Amino acid sequence: MASSFWNIAYQQAMKSGVLVAKVYSFLHVTTNYLAFPAYAFGPSMIPTLHPSGNVVLAERISKLSRGDVVVFQSPEDPNKLPTKRVVGLEGDSVSFVVDPGKNDESRTIVVPKGHVWVEGDYTQNSRDSRSFGPVPYALVQGRLLWRVWPFQDFGPIGS
Amino acid sequence: MGIQTLIWQVTKKAFTGGIIGLTISDRFCSVVPVRGDSMSPTFNPQRDSYLDDYVLVDKFCLKDYKFARGDVVVFSSPSHYKERYIKRIVGMPGEWISSTEDVIRVPEGHCWVEGDNKASSLDSRTFGPIPLGLIGGRVTRVVWPPQRLSKIGG
Repeated sequence: MASSFWNIAYQQAMKSGVLVAKVYSFLHVTTNYLAFPAYAFGPSMIPTLHPSGNVVLAERISKLSRGDVVVFQSPEDPNKLPTKRVVGLEGDSVSFVVDPGKNDESRTIVVPKGHVWVEGDYTQNSRDSRSFGPVPYALVQGRLLWRVWPFQDFGPIGS
Repeated sequence: MGIQTLIWQVTKKAFTGGIIGLTISDRFCSVVPVRGDSMSPTFNPQRDSYLDDYVLVDKFCLKDYKFARGDVVVFSSPSHYKERYIKRIVGMPGEWISSTEDVIRVPEGHCWVEGDNKASSLDSRTFGPIPLGLIGGRVTRVVWPPQRLSKIGG
């Protein structure tokens, strides 16, 4: 009968729909709460990361420590995700040169509660907390754990 | 044994349901209670907590962080990242806000939030403009109690 064809088609569609929902949800929970891959490029983290691009694995489980390389939402643009190193935790005193091109004048700031101070490893070409200030903890997306590509540099991202 | 497989089946279904529910709550929309009277009379116009409003928070807006002045948003506190507040955006990037002493420009990537009940609200007048990335969703409706069902205009 014609109606049993539609019955079967409907059941198949429902099964596929549930499978899609399960896979999508599993991927979402894994990447949002456990770990996720990321592509990092640019000169600001030389020599830790290649300027021409790195595929890395970042995790969201650990509490941050000084020296961790992190991915975070830029305070200047929530759609941008820079990668920098945590140089100061809340309460730390950080000193930096205000305008390296101009003179050696430096400032010292105490990192406020709930924030971290991030700087690129290649400070000569890095837009970081020295420009946009300390980053609220909730903007940090994950801690870089492992480099997957380029293959010759496969391995942990160190402190 | 029969009862073991039954428990296992129920656990699997509950786990899957939980994961799907968590994804819906993170990606589509969730329902959260409003605590305190900082957004009175928009939310919680009475003072008793058993009458707290529950609101629907839309998460689609987080795709590219498109917000506008007047949106009521949920955001993480800049100093206590586990605490979340609900306030209204009164200044978008580039706009000027006049506070008690002078006039402040809202920086790029930030917004100025204030509670509708200015007398009783901890907001940008205290902790300054907040990065848009701290926002966790936009409040679109009051869904409980039934007599206060309403759409929140932006």
